[in-house]
Amino acid sequence: MTSAPPWSIIACFAVFGMLAYAAAALSAAMNARESGTPAAAALTLPGRETARLLIRQRSVTPGADPMLARLGTGLLPLAALMSILVIPLGQHAISDLSVGVVWFNAMEVLAWAAVWMVGWGSNSSWGLVGANRFLAQGLAYELPHMFALITAAVGAGSLRVSDIAAVQGQSGHLWFVVYMPAAFLVFLLSALGFAFWGPFSQPLGREIAGGAAAELSGIDRLLLLAGRYLLLTAGAAMAVPLFLGGGAGPLLPAWGWILFKTGVVLAVLVWIGHRVPAVRMERFTEISWLVMLPLTILQALAVSIFVLVGWM
Amino acid sequence: MQTVIFLICAVGAVAAGIAVFRVDSMARATLALLASFIFAAAPILLLGLSYLGMLVILMMVMEMMIMAVFMVMYMMNPAGLMPMKMVHNNKMSLVIAVAVFVLLAAGVLFTPWPSGTAEAAVPGSTTAAGRSAADPTLALGLDLMGPHMLVMIVIGLALFATMVAVVVLSTHRGRYDRFGDDLQRRPADDPVRGGLGK
Repeated sequence: MTSAPPWSIIACFAVFGMLAYAAAALSAAMNARESGTPAAAALTLPGRETARLLIRQRSVTPGADPMLARLGTGLLPLAALMSILVIPLGQHAISDLSVGVVWFNAMEVLAWAAVWMVGWGSNSSWGLVGANRFLAQGLAYELPHMFALITAAVGAGSLRVSDIAAVQGQSGHLWFVVYMPAAFLVFLLSALGFAFWGPFSQPLGREIAGGAAAELSGIDRLLLLAGRYLLLTAGAAMAVPLFLGGGAGPLLPAWGWILFKTGVVLAVLVWIGHRVPAVRMERFTEISWLVMLPLTILQALAVSIFVLVGWM
Repeated sequence: MQTVIFLICAVGAVAAGIAVFRVDSMARATLALLASFIFAAAPILLLGLSYLGMLVILMMVMEMMIMAVFMVMYMMNPAGLMPMKMVHNNKMSLVIAVAVFVLLAAGVLFTPWPSGTAEAAVPGSTTAAGRSAADPTLALGLDLMGPHMLVMIVIGLALFATMVAVVVLSTHRGRYDRFGDDLQRRPADDPVRGGLGK
């Protein structure tokens, strides 16, 4: 396990914070364009929104469970930051665990607990409906997601994220997205899922008055939204070492390529969020279990055979 | 340092376990149980079994969140707005708890544990028993896919059969409800339509 110097930890979190801000700004710009207002002001909108939420009072509903709700709002960005620990931003991650893929999965599943606690704790039926929607959606995307993660790990023969990236950088090896396109697509879909973004934004759905975030205001709302953008960023950043060759590329240094690829994936995810309508979770469950799950199992089988035969 | 972390987690696991029966809200009880499980996973990580430790955290978070939904559904007083007694059948529970504790403690004391650093790992060895493996994740995988493969397959089949049986027993709708008396109706008549129209 290689450990990084303290300044690089701060730098890494700062980079991810900026990427998450960029995602929020891009989303605001797309909103502005769709409604026909100038998009330039959208660049500062996340900052202004942050300032507005910071000085705003918390809203309190009668009979709420503030302990659970506040634990939940705090846990969401914390889980996103912890999942970032294993993602290499240059040669090394902050903490390059030997089971980095499992760590990432475990931290991203903490979002289940966080969103449910927020939705339950605010003692609002909209909140609880949104929270339960997130769990139902989670049950649908999680199994294909795990198979997608495992397929990348099988391809590299390691659960260490930097190993998976390093294998794709070797000569004679293509990026894993070539060997496992289905796993890559399923991973992107589930990244949208665990960040409840775009087609999977039902837990915060407009028709249920904002769902799990219905009663949130002030710092609570800020933490939840920041956690959501950080989770989306973490998902985009994780796709790079798993499927897109990590830091591999000509001319630019490793960190440059990683940032560039992460930015592209993140922009695609944000764009999908604005272009694709929300999918109802019961419809997605059938698609997920009858199409995506067999597809990812076949993908894992194919990659296992490639590895055994020696093609990768 | 390891001792301190272990002590914090040990005390935390017991305290969270007690909290399960002290709080009067089902959501808090479920999440206290989850906290207890996560505290119990930390010592596994301390043993160097990072894969198993992370797996415990991952699975426990998922299953306790699903359980929270069911606990809330089945409670007469789900919201915990009225004070609720979280314990019942006290005498029998006490007997079961003590018996299970004695059994597990006896297991801890009488199992011939591998001696750790005494023997070096043998490369390519197919069993972790009696050796401290260089990579415990690899050793675990080799063990499950090697000498214990038959056991794991049988357990997997039994678990899967149980799940299917439970779903079949608990659903009140069968194929005749979905596809009609002659099983010809397409798409199926479901109260909740799936995305594929099956």
